[in-house]
Amino acid sequence: MSNPSNLKYTASHEWVRSEADGTITVGITQHAQELLGDMVFVEAPTAGRKLKAKEECAVVESVKAAADVYAPVSGEVIAANGDLDGSPENINSDPYGAWIFKMKPDNAADVAALLDAAGYQAVVDSEAH
Amino acid sequence: MGRGTDSYRAFFILTKAHMTLKTTPLNAAHRAMGAKMVDFGGWDMPVNYGSQIDEHHQVRNDCGMFDVCHMRVVDAKGDGVRAFLCYLLANNADKLHMPGRALYSAMLRPDGHVIDDLIIYFMTEQWFRIVVNAGTADKDIAWMKEQAAKVAPQLTITSRDDLAMVAIQGPNARAKVWQVVPQTQAATEGLKNFQAADCGEYYVARTGYTGEDGFEVMLPKENVEAFWYALNKAGVKPIGLGARDTLRLEAGMNLYGQDMDESVGPLESGLAWTVDLQSERDFIGKAALLANPPSSKLVGLVLLDRGVLRGHQKVQTLHGEGEITSGSFSPTLEKSIALARVPNGVAVGDTVQVEIRDKLLNAKVVKYPFARNGKGLINLS
Repeated sequence: MSNPSNLKYTASHEWVRSEADGTITVGITQHAQELLGDMVFVEAPTAGRKLKAKEECAVVESVKAAADVYAPVSGEVIAANGDLDGSPENINSDPYGAWIFKMKPDNAADVAALLDAAGYQAVVDSEAH
Repeated sequence: MGRGTDSYRAFFILTKAHMTLKTTPLNAAHRAMGAKMVDFGGWDMPVNYGSQIDEHHQVRNDCGMFDVCHMRVVDAKGDGVRAFLCYLLANNADKLHMPGRALYSAMLRPDGHVIDDLIIYFMTEQWFRIVVNAGTADKDIAWMKEQAAKVAPQLTITSRDDLAMVAIQGPNARAKVWQVVPQTQAATEGLKNFQAADCGEYYVARTGYTGEDGFEVMLPKENVEAFWYALNKAGVKPIGLGARDTLRLEAGMNLYGQDMDESVGPLESGLAWTVDLQSERDFIGKAALLANPPSSKLVGLVLLDRGVLRGHQKVQTLHGEGEITSGSFSPTLEKSIALARVPNGVAVGDTVQVEIRDKLLNAKVVKYPFARNGKGLINLS
């Protein structure tokens, strides 16, 4: 699966979708879910929490391992995906649909400055070699 | 997303260093079957071939096969080999009266700490076979030779690098092996657990590391790839180390290097049942075990709150602090489970608290195994 070109990415394997109302939706990439394997637990940040860019704010755990999820930009959490409580495996089956949390960014420019699909693919390729 | 735990970090170390890893004769077969390969103690091994949870259920409900070629077969031969093993090992080799009988044992240092856990097979009065862990094999063989040089210099201790090993596990495992190598059926269908039969090219043992029925088969290295593909053609799916770990954890079987190592003894590691302190027999480590009764023990935990138990998490109890030695998610119970070393006063049924990141989560102390023979064994109500 290639990285959707309409999304932005971080070098720490989060994807970011800009919504029409200026908020962003955040999840982890296909590459990340593949590295971690079968997902069994997701702990998302609660709405209202203020985050700084690159702050640890969620945890995804597979059978194999736990991994931190980082805030892609500074801003405030406005929602967490409660569906993942009962179905964390949705991240495996549909990584770009199974979002983890939504944020209102402090600066729209921070989102624009994130990696595009090609830039993210370069990060993935460099980690593999 | 970042590196939250040691095991996750291992994914990355591996992808960078795979050129230097050791490989088994099944390496190409794993890659052809779509395995995700990882660094397992210096070996390039399959962690899964897709979904680790599906592989786990496959073994509990049907059968699967594991590449265990990285484990080492050691043959000890010569006059007095039985007496030597009686001295070398904490379990009693004298329990083995018939060829093919097998025994699980810890091998201890003089201070009673665990060098390795292993299985010995009684071949003849002049020949015992020993299967040891991959990561400890060289250390184990050096230790065995050093002890033999002192008390039984007539023995030869030989690493059988010409042999490969495949484990076929699950309720349908034996039938599948007989389908693929029918010449082994007559000699192996009467085997009980921890019994083995020499079938010429194949040495077939009714042992395993999953809590399911099945065989572990030793055979010449040059034949193992054809055996692996023949099993696969018969419908036996390959299973990675990921599912191997959750299967053995559910079955309450220790993993050397996690649940015990050279910093603890067998009595603190849930292995009292394998240590013979009753008989007159002296063995390496016995005096230390008798002189130092354990103050901690291994128990099972089931997490009551949401999260996942992992190795090295701290456990708070009314009797003092403990630590998780192995933790994961149990696909059979659909709950997080763990083995933990806790103070002796902790009892089955207690609720303890586990530190996970910045939180204290509740876990119930249970008697393990957690699951065997296709069924969960824990009832929390």
